[in-house]
Amino acid sequence: MATKKESRVEVKKTYKLFINGAFPRSESGRVFEVTAKNGDFIANSALASRKDLRDAVTVARAAQPGWAKATAYNRGQILYRIAEMMEGRADQFESEIALSSQMTPTKAKALVSEAIDRWVWYAGWSDKLQAVSGATNPVSGPFFNFSIAEPQGVVAIASADNFLEFIDALGAAIVSGNTAIVLVPGALAVPAMSFAEVLATSDLPAGVINLLTGSLDELAPWAASHMDIDGFDISGIAKKKQGALKEAGAENLKRIHSFESGKSPARILAFMESKTVWHPVGI
Amino acid sequence: MTFEYAPAPESRYIVSIKPKYGHFINGSFVAGKKHFPTINPATEEILSHIALGGVTDVDKAVMAAQKAYTKTWSKLSGKERGKYLYRISRILQERAREFAVLETLDNGKPIRETRDIDIPLVAAHFFYHAGWADKLDYAGLGHSPKAYGVAGQIIPWNFPLLMLAWKVAPALATGNTVVLKPAETTSLTALLFAEVCQQAELPEGVVNIVTGDGSTGAAIVNHPKIHKIAFTGSTDVGKKIARAIASTDKKATLELGGKGANIVFDDAPVDETVEGIVNGIFFNQGHVCCAGSRLIVQESVAEEIIEKLKVRMAKIRVGDPLDKNTDLGAINSKEQLLKINKLSAVGDAEGAERWSPQCKLSDKGFWFPPTIFTGVTQANRIAQEEIFGPVLSVLTFRTPQEAIDKANNSPFGLSAGIWSEKGSRIFWASQHLKAGVIWANTFNKFDPASPFGGYKESGWGREGGKHGLAAYLKNGKETGAK
Repeated sequence: MATKKESRVEVKKTYKLFINGAFPRSESGRVFEVTAKNGDFIANSALASRKDLRDAVTVARAAQPGWAKATAYNRGQILYRIAEMMEGRADQFESEIALSSQMTPTKAKALVSEAIDRWVWYAGWSDKLQAVSGATNPVSGPFFNFSIAEPQGVVAIASADNFLEFIDALGAAIVSGNTAIVLVPGALAVPAMSFAEVLATSDLPAGVINLLTGSLDELAPWAASHMDIDGFDISGIAKKKQGALKEAGAENLKRIHSFESGKSPARILAFMESKTVWHPVGI
Repeated sequence: MTFEYAPAPESRYIVSIKPKYGHFINGSFVAGKKHFPTINPATEEILSHIALGGVTDVDKAVMAAQKAYTKTWSKLSGKERGKYLYRISRILQERAREFAVLETLDNGKPIRETRDIDIPLVAAHFFYHAGWADKLDYAGLGHSPKAYGVAGQIIPWNFPLLMLAWKVAPALATGNTVVLKPAETTSLTALLFAEVCQQAELPEGVVNIVTGDGSTGAAIVNHPKIHKIAFTGSTDVGKKIARAIASTDKKATLELGGKGANIVFDDAPVDETVEGIVNGIFFNQGHVCCAGSRLIVQESVAEEIIEKLKVRMAKIRVGDPLDKNTDLGAINSKEQLLKINKLSAVGDAEGAERWSPQCKLSDKGFWFPPTIFTGVTQANRIAQEEIFGPVLSVLTFRTPQEAIDKANNSPFGLSAGIWSEKGSRIFWASQHLKAGVIWANTFNKFDPASPFGGYKESGWGREGGKHGLAAYLKNGKETGAK
């Protein structure tokens, strides 16, 4: 028998998209190379096409009423379940972020911890938003009048190239009952696709979150002009390129917002609509 | 052809009850000195022996809670506190069936209710408040509202673990530590909850549980290191607590008695209303502070409603609480059964007409059939006093204003129900009712996101929702809130 121990060949992951709870390749067959900070090859990540975006919008639209109809408690529990799954893969996220970004392992570790806690923070908002933002309005007359916030529908996100900002944008968009399509730039594809694996095992209904990896320069204008997208978080787009997207989005008066990094309930409410109901009072 | 239900008992082997329990202080169980038995009210079987906590035990628990507050809990960020509460919620969900069976054994309420209502709501309450822990800045109480320190919490026997959750979850979320006393007859699920705290690795001393009777509760109320009292129970004891703390800086929330008016207008949907009346008074054997124990029905539909109500009451299944088909379980204690019997006899003596369906009641245990009194007037004691049992008093009205006047003619103001197909009438009635919780075309609905509590002698403050947080956070402008 051979005595010399053979070095084991690693089994590598194929990078694909995440649409409707499944992992398809880009219909275009295109890929882009993701490399480590030292230039080593990591993956051929799927380069999403306009058709992939359209497919993602279709499934996100179909999934939206069901997600919004789930009780706030149920949505909160599903989001929390996602955090539980993230915690179990914390090491993987840390090493992937350290490998594919400029971050040191120590910084990556801190970032992943913060990202998990941040996701829990969003989970807790599901059944508290109305208590903070809703109101009964003391109108002058015999009417019971109240305002509640409702999700807008389908929200696209052009994510910044940072895992925590990706988490911020996504948590804010979906906790209220929107469904989302995240445009994932460059090497963020590496932790983002692991996040997709978390989602696939977290009781999240298919289509609520869809991830398209590729180029924001390509994807963002398509999203901005898509007539069946209601909101667009363009926090990951450079300031000088935002005007063109807002102009394209004006066609269906998309709610387009860009946020500084960090958490705020205002970010959740930006992708919600306020609805006011009048009801008479009298015998 | 008649259909009979076969017995469908839930197995009790999921629970293991120790022969004797101590107190849970500073993260571990400590032996008690004196003990008293706790029984299954459906069979009078002795389940275990519970420690009778005295002044010394309470003092140890308060000291542990004070130390935990100073050394660990007040130093944790809301984010980290919240994660402990999420853990507790998840463990409660994992062990839900065990808790449901134990609660049914110790309390006598049907397994259908513990399994589908009590325990799921307990987990939901912890989950909801977990999310508040790091969002207190948004609770409308100003920036970084502060906890009181040690909260003393005394809870009743009608929803033992649910009342624990209503107390413990907001207290911990807002950064307080607690000393809790479960009711004398229902301590077992609170003691099992102590195990959950251990599994969740909750820092020691954050939750302390001292079992005992009224004297144990008094020791908590009077302890000088307790700055906040939360009590659910009778109005009599609530008043005693209010007097006991009157000359101190202690703050209190009191969740007391009720005599809920369930108002039925002539346009109410009959079948749904009858179902709602049954749920309103016979849920949990009527051991519900917010029970719809006064039916105030419009004269023109009274006959029809009462007739259908009797037909429906005859279908209520009274019996073994562990049977999954049981609707009405055992009365929680001999003492409570005596009280129900006594007040019902007063109803007879005052000239009201008593009716109950035929039902076979077991010789062992404590039982009372579903009962209605018709022809009740406002002056009758059964229209004014809380019976806290499956007994409904029926009054009638002619005009909507008369319904409101009768409903509000009570020292209590906890809950009310309105049955009508007309939305404007519902909002009109709810504007005029002096009650903290009003259910329209439904009854006895509870949710951690919804505030609960009463007007007048039904208590002070609210529990649940954003409003409930205020009970555990200092209002910077109020004097004495140290």
